Amino acid sequence: MTLEIILFILFALIGAASGVLMITRKNPVMSALFLILNFAALAGVYLLLNAQFIAVVQIIVYAGAIMVLFLFVIMLLRPDAEISILRTNPLLKYVAIGVGVLVFAQLIYLIFFFKPLNITPSDVAERIQIGTVENIGTEIYTKYIIPVQVAGFLLLSATIGALVLAKKKFE
Amino acid sequence: MDLWTIIIISIIKILFVVTITLLTVSYLVYFERKISAWVQDRIGPNRVGWYGLLQPFADVFKLFLKEDIVPDASIKSIHTLAPIITLFVAFSTYAVLPWGPPVNIFGYEIPLVLADVNSGILIVLALTSLGVYGITFSGWASGSKYSLLGGVRSSAQMISYEISMGFSVAGVLLISESLRPAAIIESQSGWMWNAFIQPIGFITFLVSAFAETNRLPFDLPEAEPELVGGYHTEYSSMKFAAFFLAEYANMIISSGLIVTLYLGGWQVPYIETFGLSSGWVTMMQIGAFFFKVGAVLFFFIWVRWSIPRFKYNQLMNLGWKVMFPLALVNLVWVAILVMLLN
Repeated sequence: MTLEIILFILFALIGAASGVLMITRKNPVMSALFLILNFAALAGVYLLLNAQFIAVVQIIVYAGAIMVLFLFVIMLLRPDAEISILRTNPLLKYVAIGVGVLVFAQLIYLIFFFKPLNITPSDVAERIQIGTVENIGTEIYTKYIIPVQVAGFLLLSATIGALVLAKKKFE
Repeated sequence: MDLWTIIIISIIKILFVVTITLLTVSYLVYFERKISAWVQDRIGPNRVGWYGLLQPFADVFKLFLKEDIVPDASIKSIHTLAPIITLFVAFSTYAVLPWGPPVNIFGYEIPLVLADVNSGILIVLALTSLGVYGITFSGWASGSKYSLLGGVRSSAQMISYEISMGFSVAGVLLISESLRPAAIIESQSGWMWNAFIQPIGFITFLVSAFAETNRLPFDLPEAEPELVGGYHTEYSSMKFAAFFLAEYANMIISSGLIVTLYLGGWQVPYIETFGLSSGWVTMMQIGAFFFKVGAVLFFFIWVRWSIPRFKYNQLMNLGWKVMFPLALVNLVWVAILVMLLN
């Protein structure tokens, strides 16, 4: 067994176990903790796929920023409020189950029936270089500049919208 | 170089870095107390050892002998996990900071850095962004409202200043055209230090570093008057020592980052014109790195004992309305500079 396979099994096991632990915890903060561990394991898998930049951004954005926001919301709200929402509106439960089945079916399709696009270069040296910050930056700011700008404007408008909503509440 | 040589050299380097860090941390506490005494015209610790030089060991020994109290209202597992996260983040960041030029020993070229990774600076940012969890979890898991308030305050502060920190770093990256710390240092040869090229970015990074390490004037998370000690109110014995250690380890890593990004790293300006042998040059460069880090550390302590604490709204105003726009101005300035000179 090569080092790569050993590491993959390690990261995959941590990711799967933390995923299961995340949805079975009663305490939402514990769930959040396992989700962070899941993100970290995923970052490890990205590293094995030569996607160094995505691995680091996974940690910075998901584990470092978004989960902090989640934790804030969980800590400042009463966690038992969610249970009462489910109790007053039992239909939500079935919607959640439906969405879960849909996502699961999608994953099954992707794993067993979908052929991956063969765009990775056959040369090993080139394959290592493909995920570096320099390469991703060059691609994003030349080939994919319009999608990037559109996404930027979307985020900007979302920020302005959030500001307007927050300001209305204080006035 | 075969695999075993690499492993042995790496282990030696890890031992060196960890030993230096632990020693520096313990003596940093001593110097903090000595310098504070000097600022306030007192004598400072002078009982244990010659001029109080064994004081750090006495402090650690005292904490080691204390009872480890875990409050009943706390969530035990996370209460224990929080100091571990904090220490892990504080110590793992040293892996990517180079403390000298590559040296030749027994025919091997050895870079004086644990991991010379391509996206080194991003890894530092990623690890510091994980540092928030140690504080948030310790505040939440203690089951005390003072701890929770301290934890929430601190994470809000760290997230806010991470933004201006990131934008200041972007200015440095525009000049170095690489995320590798070694390449960033090489781009600052001579007196072309980033602190002189982009002084605004230097100041925003410096202020953000103070806020990220929770040092005065931004040490609101542990404001004694209203929070009784903040996120580590409910910690005692070695768990408290872990937080204490991590704070000083973070200070060293911030100083190392400031030196690497803005003060030329291990470079001594125009040292090649002095006509010294290569061994002396390497020694002087390694010495220069530690000297610069020491100078920044002294600045950290000096500020702590000179400037009073900010109020919370002042802190947020400074972060969002002053530092963030200034970091953006700096980014535009560096972009114009790079465009004109290329």
